[in-house]
Amino acid sequence: MAEYQTHEYDVIVIGAGGAGLRAAIESSAMGAKTALVCKSLLGKAHTVMAEGGMAAALANVDKADNWQTHFRDTVLGGKYMGNWRMQQLHAQESPERALELERWGAVFDRTPEGKINQRAFGGHTWKRLAHVGDRTGLEMIRTLQDKGVHQGIDVFMECTIVELLKDSGRVVGAFGYWRETGKFVVFKAKAVVMATGGIGKMFRVTSNSWEYTADGHALALRAGAELIDMEFVQFHPTGMVWPPGVKGILVTEAVRGEGGLLKNSQGERFMERYDPKRMELSTRDQVAKAIYTEVKEGRGTPHGGVWLDISHKDAEYIKKKLPSMYHQFKDLADVDITTSPMEIGPTMHYIMGGIRVVPESGAATVPGLFACGECSGGMHGGNRLGGNSLSDLLVFGKRAGEGAALFARDNGAHVGFDDAQIKRTEQDVLRPFESRASHTPYDLHFELQDLMQDNVGIMRTGDDLKTAIAVFPAFNEKLRGARVEGSRMFNPGWHLAWDMVNMLLIAEVVARAALQREESRGAHTRLDFPKTDSGGYWETVNSCATYEDGRVGMGLIPKPVMPAELKALVDATA
Amino acid sequence: MSRMQTGQKVTFRILRGEGDSLKEVDYHVEAETGWVVLDAVLNIQATQAPDLSVRWNCKAAKCGSCSAEVNGKPRLMCKTRLDDIDTSQPVVVHPIKSFPHVKDLVADVKWNYEVNKRITPFTPAKDADFTYYQEDVDRVQEFRKCIECFLCQNVCHILRNHEAHSRFAGPRFFVRVAGLEMHPMDTADRTQFLDQEAGVFLCNITKCCTHVCPEDIHITDNAIIPLKERVIDRKYDPLQWLVRKVTGKK
Repeated sequence: MAEYQTHEYDVIVIGAGGAGLRAAIESSAMGAKTALVCKSLLGKAHTVMAEGGMAAALANVDKADNWQTHFRDTVLGGKYMGNWRMQQLHAQESPERALELERWGAVFDRTPEGKINQRAFGGHTWKRLAHVGDRTGLEMIRTLQDKGVHQGIDVFMECTIVELLKDSGRVVGAFGYWRETGKFVVFKAKAVVMATGGIGKMFRVTSNSWEYTADGHALALRAGAELIDMEFVQFHPTGMVWPPGVKGILVTEAVRGEGGLLKNSQGERFMERYDPKRMELSTRDQVAKAIYTEVKEGRGTPHGGVWLDISHKDAEYIKKKLPSMYHQFKDLADVDITTSPMEIGPTMHYIMGGIRVVPESGAATVPGLFACGECSGGMHGGNRLGGNSLSDLLVFGKRAGEGAALFARDNGAHVGFDDAQIKRTEQDVLRPFESRASHTPYDLHFELQDLMQDNVGIMRTGDDLKTAIAVFPAFNEKLRGARVEGSRMFNPGWHLAWDMVNMLLIAEVVARAALQREESRGAHTRLDFPKTDSGGYWETVNSCATYEDGRVGMGLIPKPVMPAELKALVDATA
Repeated sequence: MSRMQTGQKVTFRILRGEGDSLKEVDYHVEAETGWVVLDAVLNIQATQAPDLSVRWNCKAAKCGSCSAEVNGKPRLMCKTRLDDIDTSQPVVVHPIKSFPHVKDLVADVKWNYEVNKRITPFTPAKDADFTYYQEDVDRVQEFRKCIECFLCQNVCHILRNHEAHSRFAGPRFFVRVAGLEMHPMDTADRTQFLDQEAGVFLCNITKCCTHVCPEDIHITDNAIIPLKERVIDRKYDPLQWLVRKVTGKK
C-alpha cells in the first residue's frame, strides 16, 4: 500500500455534477468527513449544460399544481416503468429542494409577484419548471459549488476513478489516477456515493460531453451492484444537425416550452398526426420518434432533420428567454432564430436505467455503495420528462448523501483492502503502454459509436441487437491490445483506453436489455415488437443486469407494486 | 462570410510539451464545413497526436473549459469558427497564460479555486422571505452568466504581466463578488476583502477583460467600477457610516 498516495474519508462522492455536489453537501452537513472526486475541473460537469429548468410543483404560476399531479405526470411519462416510491419522493420533495437552492443563492427568473417563475415543458400538466433563462444548470452547479466549498468538503479535481475497492463483500474505497500526472491514488472510505452521470459517448450523435463514458454504471456493476432499465435510452428530439461540427449539440426543450413549432419540409405541423392533444409538448420519446419517422418518410430538411421555429415570437422575448440558443445558432450555424427556423433532429441525451437503489437512501445492492443522479435507475422508468433530471439530482443527491453518512457512522472502522485487486487493476490500466498494435482507443471509440448508433439506436430490431451483441467479445479483445503513445502526463489517449473498457461493458448491457424486452415502450422501440404491452406482462417487470465471472448476466425482476391510493391518483385522469 | 468547404486543408500550429521542452508542432487536417477550432484539435488528437492534452467538456460554450489563445487572441475553442479566421496561414493555438503551464494546451488554474474559497459566501438574513422582483436581479443574473473560462484572468495585465496573484483576485472574482453584493437578499459586507485582499484598486480599467468575455458580461462597467465605488463609500463617507450604524442596513 505504501507506494500509493492514500486519502482517508468517511464518505467519498464520485462525480461533481448536481447530484454529486448535493450528496457531498448533505454528507458533510451530517458531520461525515467528505471528499468529492471529479474527472474535470469543478463546475464543468454535465449539469452545467442543462438548459430548460427544474421541475417542482411550487404552484407559483399555475396555482392548481401539486405533488400529486407531478407524480402522475412522471408515472405516465415514464410509461409505468418507474419505481413508484422514487417518483413519489421526487414529486413531494422537489419544491423544498428548489427553495433551498434559492436560499443558497440561486437566482431564478421571477414572476410578477416576486416568486420563482415556472415554464411549460413536455409532459408536464402545468407550468412547472423553475428556470434561469436557458442556463438553469449553470445556476444550479455554481450555487452548489459555492455552498460546498464553504462547507469544508475536500474537492479532488481531474482525478479519474477506475475501480471500486472491496473487502469482505463491502465497498471500502476507490482506486484512481490523477489526470495531470498519471500517478495512482487510493481513497479509503466507509461509504462511496456514485454520481458519475451517463453513458452518451458510446453513441455517435449525442448531446453528452467526453466525461459521459458510463464509469459509474461500469464500476458499480463490476463491484457487484445491479443495473435496472438499461434498455431505456433517451434520444432528445431536438439536437442541432448542421453544420457537421455541431451535430448532436442540444437545443433546449424550452424552445417548445416557449411556443416553438415543429414543421416538416412541407411546412406541416406534423405532431398533429402523432399526439394531437399535446402537439410539440408531447413527451420526448414521442417527439423523437415522430421526427425520425418524418425524415425516414422523406419529409425531412436538407440535412436530415425537421424545422423548429420560434421566429413568430417577439425578437426581444426570444433573446431574453432563450439567450444561449440565440447565440448558439448565431455563432455556430449563422442562423438568427428570431427570424429563421432551426434545423434539428434527435440526439442521444440521457440513460433512464442505472444502478438499482433503495429509494429512501440511495443504497445500492452492495453494502457501502450508494448512487444518485443519472447513474442510478428507477426514477424515470421508460422515459424521462424534461426538467425532472435537475430535480432528481437534488432530491436523491440529498438522500444518497444522508444515506452514505449514516452508513459511515454505523459501520465505523475502516476495513482492509485487497492489495491484489489494486495490483491487478494497475496492471490493466497501464497495459496499453506496452502495446505495439496499429489501432488506438480513438479508432475503437469511433467503431463503438457507429455500432451503437446503427444497431442499438432509436429504432431497434432483434437482428440488429444480436449483431451488436455478437461483436462485443472480439471488440473487448481488440481493446486489450490498443496502443497509446507518450507519457502518463495528461494523456487523453491513455485516459480513453480505460473509459472504453467501461463503455464497452455498458454497451453490452444496453444491447442485451434491449434484446430482452420484446415490446415497444417509452424510449425503447422494437420494430419487430411495435406494440406496447399495456397492462400486460412487460409492464410488471424491470430488466436487471448483473456481472459475475467476467460475464454480463441479464434477467428480469418484478416491478414494485404501487399502493392503491397512489394508483388511484394515476388512474383518475390517465 | 465565406463558408469553409469540407476537405479544405488547414494547418494548425499547436504548442506541445511540458516544462522547458516546448515547441510548436504543425498538423495538417482536412476541415469540415462548420468546424470550430476545437473540432480540429480533437481531430488531430484522434488521428495524429493521441497524447495531445486539451481540456473541453460541453463543446457548446456553456462550460468554459476549452479556453486557449488562437492566433494570439484569448478564445473559447468551441466558439471559434474556422470561417472567422484566416486559414490560409497556419492557425496558432497556445494555452492560456497567467497560470502555470502543465502540458500542451493545459494550464494549471487551481489558483482560481483558492481565491473563490476566500470570498464570503451568500449570506441571507435568517428570516428573509425571498420575495424579490426581476428588476432587482437583472444585473445579478448578468454576473451569474459567468462560465469560469478564466479568459478575463488570462488577459488581465495585473495577473499576466505583474503576476500579482497574491494580492489581486482578478476580474472573474470581482464579477463573483458583485453577484453576491448586489443580490437583494444578501447581508454580508465584502468591501474590506475587496480593498485589502482582492486588490480591486489595482485595476486601472483598461477593459481588456470585458473585451474577451464570451458571455458578454460588462465586467468593468457593471462589476468592477460599482465595487470600487462601494468600497470608497464605505471607507471614506462618514455620513453613510452613521446611517448604516443607526439603521443596521448594508
